[in-house]
Amino acid sequence: MEFPKGLKFTMEHEWIRVTDGRGVVGITAFAQEQLGDVVFVELPKMDAQLSQGGTFGVVESVKTVSDLFSPVSGRVTAVNKKLETQPELVNTDPYDKGWIIEIELSDPKELDSLMDADQYTKQCENEQ
Amino acid sequence: MSQGSSTSLKTTALFEVHKELGAKMVPFAGWNMPIQYAGVMKEHLSVRDGVGLFDVSHMGEIDVKGRDAGALLQKILTNDIGKMADRSILYSVMCTEDGGIVDDLLVHRFAEDHYFLCVNASNTEKDFRWIQGRAGSFNVEVSDISLKTAQLALQGKHAEALLQPLCDVSLGDLRYYHFKKGKIHNNDCIISRTGYTGEDGFEIYTGWNQAEPLFRALLEAGRAWDLQPIGLAARDTLRLEMGYALYGNDISDATGPLEAGLGWVVKLGKGEFIGHDAIARQKETGPARRLVGLELLERGVPRPHYRILKDGQPAGELTSGTFSPSLNKGIGMGYVDRALAAPGTRLEVEIRNQPVAAQVVATPFLPSRVKK
Repeated sequence: MEFPKGLKFTMEHEWIRVTDGRGVVGITAFAQEQLGDVVFVELPKMDAQLSQGGTFGVVESVKTVSDLFSPVSGRVTAVNKKLETQPELVNTDPYDKGWIIEIELSDPKELDSLMDADQYTKQCENEQ
Repeated sequence: MSQGSSTSLKTTALFEVHKELGAKMVPFAGWNMPIQYAGVMKEHLSVRDGVGLFDVSHMGEIDVKGRDAGALLQKILTNDIGKMADRSILYSVMCTEDGGIVDDLLVHRFAEDHYFLCVNASNTEKDFRWIQGRAGSFNVEVSDISLKTAQLALQGKHAEALLQPLCDVSLGDLRYYHFKKGKIHNNDCIISRTGYTGEDGFEIYTGWNQAEPLFRALLEAGRAWDLQPIGLAARDTLRLEMGYALYGNDISDATGPLEAGLGWVVKLGKGEFIGHDAIARQKETGPARRLVGLELLERGVPRPHYRILKDGQPAGELTSGTFSPSLNKGIGMGYVDRALAAPGTRLEVEIRNQPVAAQVVATPFLPSRVKK
């Protein structure tokens, strides 16, 4: 299973890719596989203020409902509207076309509390 | 639905095969069962568009034998078995004196003095005790043969073409709700033209130890038909698209057959049976509530126990709900006041404290393609 270097990961299986103070957020390959076929993604409103570890949306597969937890605090600057009609992108391309939101980080130091790819790989091995 | 702890879970004869096929296993009604293999969407659509194979050996089988077998069944079942021919099958419910549903089941008639019942896994022991407890004055022998009997389901439009070459009896003249005894790949089987998907297909009963060679032979023959193994998750979405009730969700001892839309399996004119008077009284006034199909008019996934609202006011609760892979929208069933039961009635389903627009629709949600 692929966990790209350069991303940061949460215990709840979100990833964040940060460039110039903005982070793109999605769920990991491990998470989408555990969920199964994603059929619905509930997105936050633009400009919503998120806090680290707080819920910002919901992802539903045929059988389960899962909350989405924000890896960092900040303001929502973009949401992936494509997921409204193609929620399956979360399964087929979790790190690219299946991205969920973009956040403007209010406290970049929060990134230090997240896992890197190696740490996250170990975390997944423990859960399996 | 009862779910045992993992330490006491029963496994079917196909446990090793499921693991080889990469199934995700979950506890269901005391059994460790495959919930999915390739994924519920792919599995669901392969049954709708082609053919799929299910291990449903968790289902219970009860044998009823003896001179009074028919008389006992007439007493405990709501449907009329009096007109059944040999090798025919009848769907029925079994009720309490109050008219609540003990279980829904299939009756298979071998002969006037020999029937076998296929019952829900979660109810097998309860049903067996229920039937035995009412068999006292009848000349009849009731046996729970569930742990000796494996059950597979082969469902989808290619089921007959796939199965026929492996089988020593003709399937072309096997009608819906009838069965034949025959050999499949040299295993003795009961082959019935029934199912829980709304597609043409078969339910196959065989001995416990014959299940694995049979399942493997079907998988092998199925390569030419792109046969998929199907887990319980897709079994649930397939049955819900047909509006088939699931015991423990949509029907229970707290619901009667009339309100559940199962009045067609209640034959009040056949004579006395357990629950007759309670159901007859309910029929006079009509049930106060009805089990209806609901489809969401907005995006969202309805789930069991979500509230049903009418103009924001509580109007009931979903008993089943899912994303429909065939229709690409949320569907569900639940009980509402009969004034709200007409197709087209606008309601809402409460999802995470938000009302989501829905309407009552006739079931099945899409046309059944069983071979009538």
